[in-house]
Amino acid sequence: MDFELMINSFPKLLNAAVVTLKLLSVSLIVGLFIGLLFAILRLNKNIFINKFAYGYSYVFRGTPLLVQIFIIYFGLGQIESLRSSFLWVILKEPYWCAIIAFALNTGAYTSEILRSAFQTIKPGIIEAGKSLGISNKIIFYKVQIPIAIRQSLPAYGNEIILMLKGTSLASTVTLMDLTGVAKYIISTTFKPIEVFIVAGGIYLFMTFIIHNLIKFLEKKYSY
Amino acid sequence: MELLAFGDTGWGDELFRATLMTIAVSITAMLIGFSFAAIFTPLKLSKFKFLNLIANIYTTVIRGVPELLVIYLFFFGGSGAIMFVASMFGYKDYIEINAFVTGSFAIGIISGAYSTEVFRGAIQSIDKGQFEAAKVLGFSKFKQFYKIVFPQMLRLAIPNLSNVWQITLKDTSLISVTGLVEIMRQSYIAAGSTRDPLFFYSFAAVLYLLLTFISMKLINKLEVKYGRGY
Repeated sequence: MDFELMINSFPKLLNAAVVTLKLLSVSLIVGLFIGLLFAILRLNKNIFINKFAYGYSYVFRGTPLLVQIFIIYFGLGQIESLRSSFLWVILKEPYWCAIIAFALNTGAYTSEILRSAFQTIKPGIIEAGKSLGISNKIIFYKVQIPIAIRQSLPAYGNEIILMLKGTSLASTVTLMDLTGVAKYIISTTFKPIEVFIVAGGIYLFMTFIIHNLIKFLEKKYSY
Repeated sequence: MELLAFGDTGWGDELFRATLMTIAVSITAMLIGFSFAAIFTPLKLSKFKFLNLIANIYTTVIRGVPELLVIYLFFFGGSGAIMFVASMFGYKDYIEINAFVTGSFAIGIISGAYSTEVFRGAIQSIDKGQFEAAKVLGFSKFKQFYKIVFPQMLRLAIPNLSNVWQITLKDTSLISVTGLVEIMRQSYIAAGSTRDPLFFYSFAAVLYLLLTFISMKLINKLEVKYGRGY
């Protein structure tokens, strides 16, 4: 055991963990909006809209995240019209490519979580709202969404942790996140176990915090 | 389409072989995972706190650390560890482990952590009366497990095991970083030499979708088979 290496690499890895957290938080926020949008589309009665939303979640949940990142980072640059458009400013950056891939991926899972939460809301609650003369729009925003969010908290907590682990793939498109830096230190020092313990420890600590945060929210919003 | 031709002119046969490799790694990893689950599920359910702790450390660490990091640990640390053991027996030469073995082991350990949780949940949701009835009828512990617990556990575990299979199948794409030529690695090679990454990565996505689709169909059949009578 090389304790000196462990102590020396700790600040470097901690700095890299900030990159990981940034990637995670931005993609979760964007992904939540995408997920909510597609969950609503899934509940639409129009069969085409419904199928489109289903197709989106099926494709993104059925393929590895690595493929999605590679298509966006390596693949999209091949389209000539895209390279000359304003979008290229974003798409040439590995950081934004990773975030787009993560957001689309977590959006697909989130849409499934929210959809099932919407479907488990008892119809009686909506009927009660209707009989009180509240408009459908307000029922949706003030009744259905809050209940759905509460219902989906445990599953969404798992999704956050899966996404935290997913951000490690950013290292495959040259980003120096926690896994990227860990790999760099391993390949220069050839001490995989020590680095794994430190980097893995930081990941576990983050998982622990997220887990407890979700538990706290579940308790706070339980009814 | 000529890019996908079989033979020297296209990448069809290479990609086909790579798909078989992905399937082989996934199945091997799943089986390795089952053997890990066979060790750790009893530990999880054991009465001894210490054994619980060991199993909990395994499942928590593996499920809380990114798959890629575990793969790097095995990729860089695997041959070192084997060489260390070999050196104790007096073997001093360099040993290189095959990428297939390292990859399946790394993914297998990850898959095993998920399988352990699935089996634990399945056994715990078997009705307590079943165990008591077996005891009353004088079944031995061994017979109780094989004739009563195991079949019921399978039925309860299959839906969740299908999730574990999907996770395992998708995780195999990460082994491409170690150089094992599966779908992702082959697409990477093809994309590099034809300068057409969009096509090859999209095709890889289609291959994965096909694999998940077919395996879902097969697992649904299993579910029906083991769900008979319910």
